[in-house]
Amino acid sequence: MSRPVRLSLFGLAGAGLAAVLVIAFRGLPDFGGYQGVYGQALDGFGVTLRHATDLITALNFDFRAFDTLGEEYILFASVLGIALILREMRGERAEPHQGDAEEHQFADASHALRALALGLTPGLIALAVYIVVHAQLTPGGGFQGGIILGAGPLPVFLAGRYLRMKRIAPHVLVEVADALGAAGYALLGISGLVLTGVFLKDALPLGIPGHLLSGGQMDVVSVLIGLEVSGAFLVAWSEFLDQAMVVKGGAE
Amino acid sequence: MSFLPYAVAGWLFVVGLYGVVSSSNLIRTIISLTVVQSGTYVLLLSVGYVHGGKAAIFADIPAVSRAVDPVVQVLVLTDIVIEATVTGLLLALAVQAHKRFGSLDPHELRALQD
Repeated sequence: MSRPVRLSLFGLAGAGLAAVLVIAFRGLPDFGGYQGVYGQALDGFGVTLRHATDLITALNFDFRAFDTLGEEYILFASVLGIALILREMRGERAEPHQGDAEEHQFADASHALRALALGLTPGLIALAVYIVVHAQLTPGGGFQGGIILGAGPLPVFLAGRYLRMKRIAPHVLVEVADALGAAGYALLGISGLVLTGVFLKDALPLGIPGHLLSGGQMDVVSVLIGLEVSGAFLVAWSEFLDQAMVVKGGAE
Repeated sequence: MSFLPYAVAGWLFVVGLYGVVSSSNLIRTIISLTVVQSGTYVLLLSVGYVHGGKAAIFADIPAVSRAVDPVVQVLVLTDIVIEATVTGLLLALAVQAHKRFGSLDPHELRALQD
């Protein structure tokens, strides 16, 4: 289909879609006037019920813990897919650039940039741990902290040291973190089944709201998700970076 | 004026679709798809907003405070995770398409022309 035909077809369909959207949006509650019963009930009783002050985390890792299990496995499966699609194809050889093995197109990175990267990495990792373990108290949690943790080694790459980044976050380690996080969540669910007879039911004491060890197993879930997310994203990123940095000679 | 957030959501959705349809580069197509998804974030967050409501995090506000709906916010978080996974998979496919056909233009992907 040629471009003008495609665009004029979209013009027609897009205008229709926009009209339907306008009609649909007119049926929505007025902005700011939403009266959802479930949300209101949670705002009212969530903290008392689950002893967690961050209701988003309480919903994600407790009320909807089963959905989050599925969500985690979607991430896991898609990273498997990325690794599969970007595997070494026939006719490709994985060989790191010889000679200037440490360097790549950012090789001219100044010492100031490298020093900055050196300082950023531990800072990012510390921030990630803080975000992950305070999941049930303040904004954040396993997903957000996991991304920050995964980003921890990236400044080393940006400073022109890709292969050194792979030493900080070796493939085996990130894959193990990914698998451990994914398997740990499922095992946690099964342990709930064994201990209380209900899958994923919280068997840990709830603690005092606002304390670091409160909210039952939310913290455990958060740490597991953090491991899974950081592992998954590091696997994905290094698959992509390997394409640019290591795998040479395409199948063209 | 209360219609504005919904208008923004609808606009992002349709303009993202336009990006997908009009794109001549796979990377641009994928980024347009993320714009479409951004429309859903705006829509979900707008639906759950309550006038004068605070964020549903009771760490430093009184327990009886008026707060926004936390359910839609959790759905947005799920949405973002899904977007990241979909984007990653599509980018991987784009890398392989470029390797095989030497181009990111959808019109030059021979497998699509047959």
